[in-house]
Order: sequence, then C-alpha cells, then structure tokens
Amino acid sequence: MAEFTTEETVKTNQGLDRIPDSLPAQYNENERELTTLNLGPTHPATHGIFQNILQMDGEKIVSGVPTIGYIHRAFEKIAERRPFYQITPLTDRMNYCSSPINNMGWWMTVEKLLGVKTPKRADYIRVIVMELARIADHLICNSILGVDSGAFTGFLYVFQEREKIYEIYEEISGARLTTNMGRIGGIERDLSPVAIHKLREWIAGFPKVMKEFESMFTRNRIFVDRIKGVGPMTAERALNYGFTGPNLRAAGVDYDVRVMNPYSSYQDFDFEVPVGTTGDTYDRFMVRNEEIWQSFRIIQQALENLPEGPFHADAPEYFLPPKQAVYKNMEALIYHFKIIMGEIEAPVGEVYHSVEGGNGELGFYLVSDGGRTPYRLHFRRPCFIYYQAYPEMVVGSQLSDAILILSSMNVIAGELDA
Amino acid sequence: MAEQGLTNEQVLENITAKFGEAIFDAHEPYGLLTITTTRDQIIPLLTHLYNDATLKMNFLTSLCGIHYPENKDQELGVIYHVHSLVHNVRLRIKIFFPIEDPVVPTATNLYATANWMERETFDFYGVQFEGHPNLIRILNVEDMTYHPMRKEYPLEDGTREDKVDVFFGR
Repeated sequence: MAEFTTEETVKTNQGLDRIPDSLPAQYNENERELTTLNLGPTHPATHGIFQNILQMDGEKIVSGVPTIGYIHRAFEKIAERRPFYQITPLTDRMNYCSSPINNMGWWMTVEKLLGVKTPKRADYIRVIVMELARIADHLICNSILGVDSGAFTGFLYVFQEREKIYEIYEEISGARLTTNMGRIGGIERDLSPVAIHKLREWIAGFPKVMKEFESMFTRNRIFVDRIKGVGPMTAERALNYGFTGPNLRAAGVDYDVRVMNPYSSYQDFDFEVPVGTTGDTYDRFMVRNEEIWQSFRIIQQALENLPEGPFHADAPEYFLPPKQAVYKNMEALIYHFKIIMGEIEAPVGEVYHSVEGGNGELGFYLVSDGGRTPYRLHFRRPCFIYYQAYPEMVVGSQLSDAILILSSMNVIAGELDA
Repeated sequence: MAEQGLTNEQVLENITAKFGEAIFDAHEPYGLLTITTTRDQIIPLLTHLYNDATLKMNFLTSLCGIHYPENKDQELGVIYHVHSLVHNVRLRIKIFFPIEDPVVPTATNLYATANWMERETFDFYGVQFEGHPNLIRILNVEDMTYHPMRKEYPLEDGTREDKVDVFFGR
C-alpha cells in the first residue's frame, strides 16, 4: 500500500462539494459563459432522487455540487424508539437492492451484543442468501450501466435471473424486495425442499445467462471504448474518501470485510477477491462481474456442504418459538409475548459490527444502555460515504460520462439518505 | 482468517507514549479498543495515527455524534472509528464537550471522507466543526431550526394521550 502525506490531502480536501467562489482563471479571461445544469432530482439516469448542480463549459463539467437527502427518513432517530426486532424493516430500506445483507448485518450486530452464537447451518443459510443478494445487487448495477450507455438488452437478460433470486427469497422469508429476513440467532425457518429445488435450478441455469451477459459487454468494442478511463480513482484518494467494496477494489486495494474480519463462517469458503488497477468505470464493471462469479462459487460450496443441525441458536429468550408450541406450552407463550412486546433484555455496552454489503463495508454502531431499544444506532452507509467523491470524479469529464460514473458507483438512494 | 498484525495493547502503548494524560478511559468492549480524549488532542491524535509508521491507521470508517443529556458539561460527543487496513486493527475514539460550546476541530484536512460525515453530525447534533469547508445541513432541509437527533426531541408528539410511553419503548 502506498505511503500517504498529510500536506497533499490538506490541499485537495478543501471545499469540493460547494459552488466555487471564483472560477478557474481561464474562464474569466476569455469571458466564456458557463451553463448551470440541474442533473436531477428526478432525472431518469440518476436512478433515484438526488440532485447535482453542474457548471458546464459546453459539454465539459467544471464543477459539481451534489444535493442529497430527498428521501431521508430519519432511520437513526426512529431506531432509538424501536425494539431490536422492529429495526430490521428499517435496514431493508437502506440498500434495497440487497436487503438480506442489511438484515443479516443487523442480526449479527445484535447477536454480538447479546452474546448469541449461531449454529453452522444458520451461518451457511445466511451466507447463501447474502451472496444471492450480492449477485442481485451487482447484476442490477452492471446491467444498468449498460442501459445508461445505450445497451438495453443485457439488462433484460439478467433481470430474469434477479427475478429467480427474488423467488428464492420469497421461499425463505415470504417477501421479495424488503425481505425482513432472519431472527436473532438464526433464520426464521429452515430451507424448505422447494427453496433448495429453486436454488439448484437457479445454479444450473445462471452461468449460461451470465456468460451471455459477459460476452455481450466485456470485450464489446463500443462499450469498452465508452467506459474505459472514465472516472478513474487512485487508491490513495479512494482510501482517503473512505471507499469500500467494489469501488475500492477497482482502485486496486483488496479490502473485503468477508476476508479481513470473517463473519458468519466465511472462513470456510474458498473464494477470491478481484481487484482492478485504475479504478475507472471499466474496472468497476469488471470487478463486479468477477464478484458475481465468486459469489456464485460461495453459494455452490455452501449448498454442497450445508451442515445438518438446527437452523437457529438455542436462545429461547430471543428466538421466537414455533407457533404450535405457543398454544400448548407455557414457557413458549411467555417468550412469545416478551419477544413480540420487545422485552428483550440487552446488556449495557457498545458494539460495532460490519459486513460486506453490496456497495462496501456496511457498519452498525450500536450503543445500548440496557433498555429495550438502542440508545444510539449509527449506520455506516457505504453509499453516503463514497458519493461525496462524485464531484472530484466528474470534474473535467463530459456530461454523458458523469452519468456512467454515477451508475458505475452504484449509488442507491435509500442507503445514501437513510 | 486475516490475523491482527497489532494487538490492542500495542496500539494503546504507542498512543499513550505520545499523548500520555490526554488518553483516558481505555477499555475494550467486544474486543474493540475504545479510548476517550479531549477536543484539543483529537486532530493531533488522528494525525499521529495516520502518519505513524507502525500503526498506519489511515482509514476513517465512521464518525458520528451522540448525546447524553445527563452528563453535565459533557453532553455532546463525537465518536470516530479508525481502522488500520494494514494491521487489521480498529480503534474507537470518543470526545465529549458541553452542549453550549459544541465546537470541534475538523478532520477534513486529514480525511476527505470526514466532509459529509461531519456535515451529517452537524445536521443531527449541531456540532460545529471548526475549519470545515462547507458546514451546512446535508440530509435535513436547510431551514430547519433545530438538531433533531438530540435527546430533547422525542420521536413522537409529547402531547399525545392515546399512547402511553411505558408500553412503547423508552
């Protein structure tokens, strides 16, 4: 990893996200007029509601100022009044392209606080759904990049696969987009035969579609010429900007939470962490494509080696008892009531846990004062953190490149604004 | 599993050797070294962590505010999580200061990523980051007159009578 100097960052970090007080000298001398362009808030190419005020010199971008917060829903404030079980639906709505990862990340944070140890089978099922979610997330990002550069077909191909992934979610949790999946200590129900059947069917069919998608894009002359060298990011700047996930790896830093701080038995699986070199749009596209293949490998391994045993921890005070038992068993009734009413006894403490989300390190910082709700809950949302680099990435490029940079960064409005 | 290149004890030793009394209340909740320092020392400390050849803690994972209304003259706090990607060791740094004087030096000179994180903390808690290039609200509307994550603002209307507080959370 490169060495850093403080002096240079001081110079570059000053005031990148505001309209400059004075423009570069060449504009005043030549009395060239600049155009102010509102990109968004509801521009179709922004894929979500956020605005960018761009100063344009013809087609060239001179400065960009992002405005965010259009769908801010105050999740951190709401979470301060909700029992742990009621916070998962909030996490669903952050990165809604891969909500199971958010759900599981939240459960693991709570489990860390409460000291609950999940059994292997629960870990493996979680790994399967999290990797499915990562594939769904990356598929959308990469195929939308195709749409934004004028190639619609690939998007339609892979959307069929996303649909199948959503059917698997449905079989596990009953929901498709905002999954609200899992429980403290495991998962709400075991993988049903139907779910396993759907999973095997998907595993059999997916590589063909993915190869077709790749053959359409990765060596396509028009597409490569269009995105190569667009919006590059050096490793130093990416780290300084707090990039994580595929965007950081595209810049050449192999930081992956799954490898560095394995959670949910990720150490059991054999997979590689793809890295790029220049951090441009092409590298981001390629890193995501390769990550899809690696996630696919993990799913195969997890399903192949799925251990027998319970699918949830033996923690009756946190894990909802089966409904039949509630009607017949006094203890189950008591626990059912206590859990539903949010009477979970939490220790006093603070815990930070992070998982590798679709866009990078998704962190949960939970401060508990022993009450039934968190005293403070902070979400480290990767989108929010790396989107601030957008002005630096677009300045000097053309408007149509700015659109591609935006979609290749995979900015999800829900995660951005929380 | 990637092993930790440095132990928490080594990190604590390194920074107490440099900052001595300014580092206090060191403990390890759930294995993550947590220290408290003062407002004056936070930027020198972060700079030291960033530049030190053995620690190499040059990744700011998160920065957030917190409010403890009961702690007199220590009501507001800012919590930094820094991470050394080389040694895979994290450090949590807290600073506390009175709510009447919520001024903290900015970390944007060191970390570009601190820009929006500090704007968010300002937006929610009203912490004034001194030297920040563009300290305006980020998620809430600009003409909002208060800082909504402070504990004096309950989530629901306090005059509601159809909901008894004890049944619904805190």
